[in-house]
Amino acid sequence: MPRDSLIPFDNISNEDELTSPHRGRERSQRGEKRDGVYEKKKKKKVTSRRRERSGVDEGGVQLEHERRDKEKRKRKRNTVQARGEGEENHKEREDERKSRKTAKLGKSLRNENSQKIQKEGEEEGEENQEEETEKKPKRKKKHGHSKKEEAEDEGKYELKEETQEVEKKNTKTVAETGLEQESSEDTEEVHEEDKVDQEDHENQVRPCSLSPEELEKLKEAVEERKKLIQSLRGKPWSMKKKLLTLRESQEFVEKYEGALGKAKGRKLYAYKVIMTKKWMKFQRDFENFKTACIPWEMKIKEIESHFGSSVASYFIFLRWMYGINMILFGLTFGLVMVPEALMGKPYGSIPRKTVPRSEEASAMNFAVLWDCGGYAQYSVLFYGYYNDQRAIGWLKFRMPLSYFLVGVGTVAYSYMVVIRTMARNANESGVGDDNSFNFSWKMFTSWDYLIGNPETADNKFASITTSFKEAILEEQENRKDDNIHLTRFLRVLANFLVLCCLAGSGYLIYFVVRRSQKFALDGLENHTWWERNEVNMVMSLLGMFCPMLFDVISTLENYHPRVALQWQLGRIFALFLGNLYTFIIALMDEINVKREEEKIIKFNITMWESNLYNGTGSENGTTVSPIIIQPADVPRGPCWETMVGQEFVRLIISDTMTTYITLLIGDFIRAVLVRFLNYCWCWDLEAGFPSYSEFDVSGNVLGLIFNQGMIWMGAFYAPCLPALNVLRLHVSMYLQCWAVMCCNVPQERVFKASRSNNFYMAMLLVILFLSTLPAIYTIVTIPPSFDCGPFSGKKRMFDVIQETLESDFPSWFSKVFIYASNPGLVLPFILLMVLAIYYLQSTSKSYKEANVELKKKLQTQNEENKKKNKQAALKAQLDLEEAQKVASQAPKPRYKSEKFCYNSLSVTEKCQQTKT
Amino acid sequence: MGNKQTIFTDEQLDAYQDCTFFTRKEILRLHARYHELAPHLVPMDYTNEPDCKLPLALIVNMPELKENPFRNRIVESFSEDGMGNLSFNEFVDMFSVLSEMAPRELKAIYAFKIYDYNVDNYLCKEDLKKTLNKLTKEELTPEEVDLVCDKTIEEADLDGDNKLSYSDFENMITRAPDFLSTFHIRI
Repeated sequence: MPRDSLIPFDNISNEDELTSPHRGRERSQRGEKRDGVYEKKKKKKVTSRRRERSGVDEGGVQLEHERRDKEKRKRKRNTVQARGEGEENHKEREDERKSRKTAKLGKSLRNENSQKIQKEGEEEGEENQEEETEKKPKRKKKHGHSKKEEAEDEGKYELKEETQEVEKKNTKTVAETGLEQESSEDTEEVHEEDKVDQEDHENQVRPCSLSPEELEKLKEAVEERKKLIQSLRGKPWSMKKKLLTLRESQEFVEKYEGALGKAKGRKLYAYKVIMTKKWMKFQRDFENFKTACIPWEMKIKEIESHFGSSVASYFIFLRWMYGINMILFGLTFGLVMVPEALMGKPYGSIPRKTVPRSEEASAMNFAVLWDCGGYAQYSVLFYGYYNDQRAIGWLKFRMPLSYFLVGVGTVAYSYMVVIRTMARNANESGVGDDNSFNFSWKMFTSWDYLIGNPETADNKFASITTSFKEAILEEQENRKDDNIHLTRFLRVLANFLVLCCLAGSGYLIYFVVRRSQKFALDGLENHTWWERNEVNMVMSLLGMFCPMLFDVISTLENYHPRVALQWQLGRIFALFLGNLYTFIIALMDEINVKREEEKIIKFNITMWESNLYNGTGSENGTTVSPIIIQPADVPRGPCWETMVGQEFVRLIISDTMTTYITLLIGDFIRAVLVRFLNYCWCWDLEAGFPSYSEFDVSGNVLGLIFNQGMIWMGAFYAPCLPALNVLRLHVSMYLQCWAVMCCNVPQERVFKASRSNNFYMAMLLVILFLSTLPAIYTIVTIPPSFDCGPFSGKKRMFDVIQETLESDFPSWFSKVFIYASNPGLVLPFILLMVLAIYYLQSTSKSYKEANVELKKKLQTQNEENKKKNKQAALKAQLDLEEAQKVASQAPKPRYKSEKFCYNSLSVTEKCQQTKT
Repeated sequence: MGNKQTIFTDEQLDAYQDCTFFTRKEILRLHARYHELAPHLVPMDYTNEPDCKLPLALIVNMPELKENPFRNRIVESFSEDGMGNLSFNEFVDMFSVLSEMAPRELKAIYAFKIYDYNVDNYLCKEDLKKTLNKLTKEELTPEEVDLVCDKTIEEADLDGDNKLSYSDFENMITRAPDFLSTFHIRI
């Protein structure tokens, strides 16, 4: 309110008067330029009308009036509805204005007319200058001639003009009460609406005789309205206004779209409109459906309100992971497992689909099944079960091809999703790494609006207070290092210890894997449970205890908590990665061993077969009867792919189990003990040493990421892995939700979620890359086993592509493909890509530099501004004091208005700068 | 939900969906929450747009807002009369702006309104002091508060008038990494 009274209001009203017809002219001018034919037409029309109306009047003027007056009526209606409440306020003002305005209006009108005439003179050079003089009287005549609605004398016209103006003011004042930015936006909006209204009424006058030009305009207007409808939800208006605008523009669109549709030859348009409408409706329904499908919303909300956004971010991450795994599962399940189970050869038909005779007795034992042996091993769950038949079932489903493509698709999809999410996160988090707004950010963004739990709120208050105090301390004095040598030494020591841990854990895993190979050679039955599950257990235990060790070590370092957290995360990451890679290296060794074994078995089999044939041949003499051998009796190779798949499944299962068990023991049992032993203990357990556990966001996220890495790595050899993971994530969602709500306390040092979001994503990307690497390596370099899996009998797994190209596609296609995959083409292509990357990189660099430059400029300008403004303020203050002395209020608004102008100036400056 | 009684007509729901970031279900849920606050005041039937407002004291007691140090300001800045009486429309508007889907610009506008205690379209030092005291439960000494407020103004004030205009605030808040994640309430 205060500001708009400062704006010299008569100026603006005059300006409005002048600009709006001006604009109208400009628009039509533009139109004319666009459409030469129309120009001629219009001229014709104009001239003919002129002849009718004593040859002077101008179409544009008439339209102008018609438009005005319609608009007035409509606006009046609207404002009566919309601004019922604001009316009282404005009424007084209106009255006040009225007296001034009636006096002024005549003048402004005249101004307007002369202005217009000038314009016309410029535009239509052929027009005689005499017209100018004739115009005014003729104009009045025209009003007499025109339709009933327009039948108005000058007085009436004036009145309406006035009301319109007042209404304009009203809208303006409503807007002005908001913020500066908002108001400018608003007024723009109002102008736009005006335009639209004007245009629409222009057309409403003669709906049947719409020229294509006008139609075009109408269409534009309709489009504009539609855009308005779509962007409505982002407008900072009150709900009432939004609803009203919505209704209005919907009515408008409805009306004129109908009109557009009715005109001849617009069927296509009408059809399009209907389709877009339907499409919108469908989209909305789909959106509704989609949000209804998002699970665990309420659970997460509850956690959010209890623990703040950082803990909730873990659960949101978990849910996101769940979604991805669902899709991966859908891919493998729908395109690999189900077709093979339904259309492939049934169990027991061929050796690879049958449990061998030696294992048959124990194949159904739970221990064996749990170990992924027995029937589990010879099922769709693992690579070895799949047949190398090129097409299966009545659908002629290309099984091997599908298997291969699903493997590739899994990886490709994961890359796409992760990178897209990263890009979106980067967009959302803004350019937040400069430290220039340290205090302001603390002030305005540190409260987490999600918090709804008193305890968490208390913690948050405390942490905000300490963060402020820290910042104040930092501000007051730069941190002094008391004993830099000691801390340095301790840090080096800590890193050394961590490295030792990492190396030790790596060696331990390698050792254990090698030992387990020996056990496997001996036969698993001779060993205890521990010896059989040693590898997984050791890996899980290492993953559990090493982070604790790191935590202890990191207390030596005396870092700031945030830095310490990053170190911790980095170390755990290194640990997991090291463990995983040692595991893979050990697996590689095992694969080589199996392949040696395979060679021997292959040889043995040929011997066995020839023996079989020879034996039967010699026994039966002449008749070579078909020898019926049970598929279970056929000797078979070791099938390293299934072995790899099994290893991964075992790893995942044991990992899941350890996670759950730690959750139960570490959180639940601890919480129960603390809670109930507290009654009979000598110190306060709840506040003292064991206390309740906090939810370890970073550790959990890391665990999730590595779990996912294992899935990506092993999914090619064990199609059941995504399914398993979906199950795991589903259970852990419920389990962890329960655990966190029932036995964890809110964190004392609350870290912000957003900053680490992309950090986790980056880790996920690294893991994705690192986990696809070995998988791709094995696929590309190691020949598949000869008697199991969809690629058996081929030299390499990817030969399936070539095979498909040769047999399923026309010959020219494979030729093209071969040419395209020729190094002569591929290498330049790669080169091109590298160059493109280089180019983009350098441009982005230059943009960054420009950004920095601009920032500098802005800062210097700010400083200048500050100086200037201080002077101005001083001066103004002096003025004010003087004025107060004189006890008149005159200087005060002047000063304010000055300031306002200044502000708006600086804002526009800023805008320009950002634009440049 | 809808089979026992129609709360909104389809057109109303569509209109709300156009004007907010909510889906149909969420709007109904919002209505349920609104109704829950004062069952005897709020009608179940909104098809004829009854004129009904709930006072600030009731709304502030929602669990979503209860712990928020700025709860009164939030409600006040969304109410039309500035006193914190919210009609259902304004109620929906409030949660729409605070929802996850709302764009940064919109949130910034309303955040500014929330932190602007004396509604003069500037964040002056007094506003900042109030904000800070609410954030820290007045545990900072007055000198510290002074220092922090001065620093804040110094950092963010671009035109040097010793108070933050909206453009200053926007410039500052659009770069804040945590603004979007913290300035949101899930309903």
